[in-house]
Amino acid sequence: MRVESLRFNGIGKNFPGVRALSDISFEVRPGSVHALMGENGAGKSTLLKILGGAYQPSVGSLQIGSQTMAFKSAAESIGSGVAVIHQELHLVPEMSVAENLLLGHMPSRFGLIDRGAMLRRASELLAGLADEIDPRQRLGSLSLGQRQLVEIAKAMSRNAHVIAFDEPTSSLSAREIDRLMAIIAKLRDEGRVVLYVSHRMEEIFRICDAVTVFKDGRYVRTFDDMAQLTHDQLVTCMVGRDIQDIYNYRARPHQGEALRVEGLLGPGLQEPISFSVAKGEVLGFFGLVGAGRTELLRLLSGLATSKAGSLTLDGRALTLANPRDAIAAGILLCPEDRKKEGIVPLASVAENINIGARDRHLTLGCLVQGPWEKENAARQIKALNIKTPSAEQPIMYLSGGNQQKAILGRWLSMPMKVLLLDEPTRGIDIGAKAEIYQIIHGLAADGIAVIVVSSDLMEVIGISDRILVMSEGALTGEVLREEAQESRLLQLALPRTRG
Amino acid sequence: MSTQNTLPAPRQGLNLRRFLDEWVMLLAALAIFVLCTMFIDNFLSPLNMRGLGLAISTTGIAACTMLYCLASGHFDLSVGSVIACAGVIAAVVMRDTDSVLLGVGAALLMGLIVGLINGIVIAKLRINALIATLATMQIVRGLAYIFSNGKAVGVMQEDFFVFGNGQLLGVPVPILITIVCFIFFGWLLNYTTYGRNTMAIGGNQEAALLAGVHVDRTKIIIFAVHGVIGALAGVVLASRMTSGQPMIGQGFELTVISACVLGGVSLAGGIGMIRHVIAGVLILAIIENAMNLKNIDTFYQYVIRGTILLIAVIIDRLKRR
Repeated sequence: MRVESLRFNGIGKNFPGVRALSDISFEVRPGSVHALMGENGAGKSTLLKILGGAYQPSVGSLQIGSQTMAFKSAAESIGSGVAVIHQELHLVPEMSVAENLLLGHMPSRFGLIDRGAMLRRASELLAGLADEIDPRQRLGSLSLGQRQLVEIAKAMSRNAHVIAFDEPTSSLSAREIDRLMAIIAKLRDEGRVVLYVSHRMEEIFRICDAVTVFKDGRYVRTFDDMAQLTHDQLVTCMVGRDIQDIYNYRARPHQGEALRVEGLLGPGLQEPISFSVAKGEVLGFFGLVGAGRTELLRLLSGLATSKAGSLTLDGRALTLANPRDAIAAGILLCPEDRKKEGIVPLASVAENINIGARDRHLTLGCLVQGPWEKENAARQIKALNIKTPSAEQPIMYLSGGNQQKAILGRWLSMPMKVLLLDEPTRGIDIGAKAEIYQIIHGLAADGIAVIVVSSDLMEVIGISDRILVMSEGALTGEVLREEAQESRLLQLALPRTRG
Repeated sequence: MSTQNTLPAPRQGLNLRRFLDEWVMLLAALAIFVLCTMFIDNFLSPLNMRGLGLAISTTGIAACTMLYCLASGHFDLSVGSVIACAGVIAAVVMRDTDSVLLGVGAALLMGLIVGLINGIVIAKLRINALIATLATMQIVRGLAYIFSNGKAVGVMQEDFFVFGNGQLLGVPVPILITIVCFIFFGWLLNYTTYGRNTMAIGGNQEAALLAGVHVDRTKIIIFAVHGVIGALAGVVLASRMTSGQPMIGQGFELTVISACVLGGVSLAGGIGMIRHVIAGVLILAIIENAMNLKNIDTFYQYVIRGTILLIAVIIDRLKRR
């Protein structure tokens, strides 16, 4: 293995009218894991795209060892021993694992694909990394975590010297994260250069040897000695201001039962689920990916139909055939996957806010009330501090945090009894997170029952009055705020071995 | 892409881009029109203008509702057959009952039924629009031949000809109907839940469903309305030709879709405005008219039309980079 460092020399990147990066210079030593941190929009992803050859820097250069690089395409970057593993994996779900691994250089004989050689080569690549994956399996049948491993195996197949991970753990379970950490440690020990982008503090402190912080497209500083660095120091450096308590929790009285769920069964749930949530309560649901939390919310929001069980809202029985029934009853959902289920990307911020509320403000039952919509959009943008140049801006140009606030704004003008939030702050920077927590507690103070599903332990503990833990499609425990500890929650969330 | 987000977006640049997105094709149509008046004799003559207007009318009427199909992320291949079948049914019913009202009513009803079938199959049974409307395209074409015994059915009722050959203040009725359709459907798109929901479904169906939009119902309405309007276009065409002809309108569906896409409506859904449709219909019709005046061979006309469409979609693709 070559032992060469990676240097960024005064890199800047301009997009028409926007300066995404300016004057980024730092060095990553071989045989170390180097974290890039910063709020969304700080420039981490742009830097990785430059490293991967997808973007060309406007000024400055990359240097690997003593060689200065100027990648004109992704192919050149790959050819120079760089592998960037993006958040969205670049794999073909309908093809087999082996075909995905060897896409572009499949072994062939007389112009025909040599299937035997292909499977052998694929097995070699997966060995030690993900032995349980059969290379003949269809890629689409793998879990997200396994797909990530396939992507890593693909990077290894090119014997990459520089490997960059862009938020690799955002869709992994705890066990899969452990395995990824072990793999990263191995890559480091082999003397490769590992860049690691993540929002998760625990991971940074667990695996990284150095951290470079970005803010607003600029380099802030690099911490070399992780032992001397504290969590608070790092946050302060990223945000540029002190955050005492981003969770903004205040105890408040609960005012009687809002929603009671009894014996609920449906797709993705293995055992009947029963619980209740009070008006003014923030109820957290913790669990690993695949624990059935999202499926539970789909049942509560009318998106899936239950096989058994009952819902009681404000003392009255409730049946939900579709999302409209839930919305009419005042049960409102902010979905997990903002891009796929939350926003209409090309439509304006105003349109995205008004899409749900519109039905209650029509003339003659079908005509849109322009002035009301304009006012409503302006009101929500102001109330939620949505950062957008105008209400007419297509929402796809906003950051994740502001998109999430717009989806919240969609519901705020409507009668709300229960608010369902599925991973409300995934991929959102700390400043916007704090604002969303504040909104959640404001709603709870107004007597709304808020159900928050989250994989972020600190978040669940930080904002919830009470936490229910799910594992493998069943409720495995209830923990009150006072006794909530990370270890206890994790223990409840880990799958039991079934006999 | 997340990188550029929190920085304030370049307002000036964006507005210019949006302006171009919305108006450039209409300006192009205008420019082509001006060029034609300058370089082609007789282009501006009253007779030719009238012919141009009539050529626009059938495509224009059907394109108004094709816009909704496209904006919702679908399309409809059956409209050419619906046009033929509507003309045939109107002619046959008038021949047998001597009632213009019944004839037109029956034609529109047929359009409604075909549209409902398209909509229900696509929305409720989740069948791909390409396959669903390819099937109804052939079924309805077959029915048109069956009802007419494969021959043109002549119309005797003078009152029927008002749709195709009548005039109001010197403007032919088909052109008036087209203008009314442009205005009505343009207004509908922006000022009713039906229109806004159509755009939302095309932009992100999952999000629309979760926001409480009646997704299936809206889709069915889109296709039902499209069926009725397609039949209306068929009635107007039959009235102009004073007969219902079962073989007419083959490939018409592709002309209508081409016009919409040429004007800037996205095939992927979520983008579309009535001015896109107007621009696309105008450009196609003016170029065709100009080629006829210049006596360009029909065979070459196909090549030119295809090339224009290809260039338009390539430009569209480049715009979205």
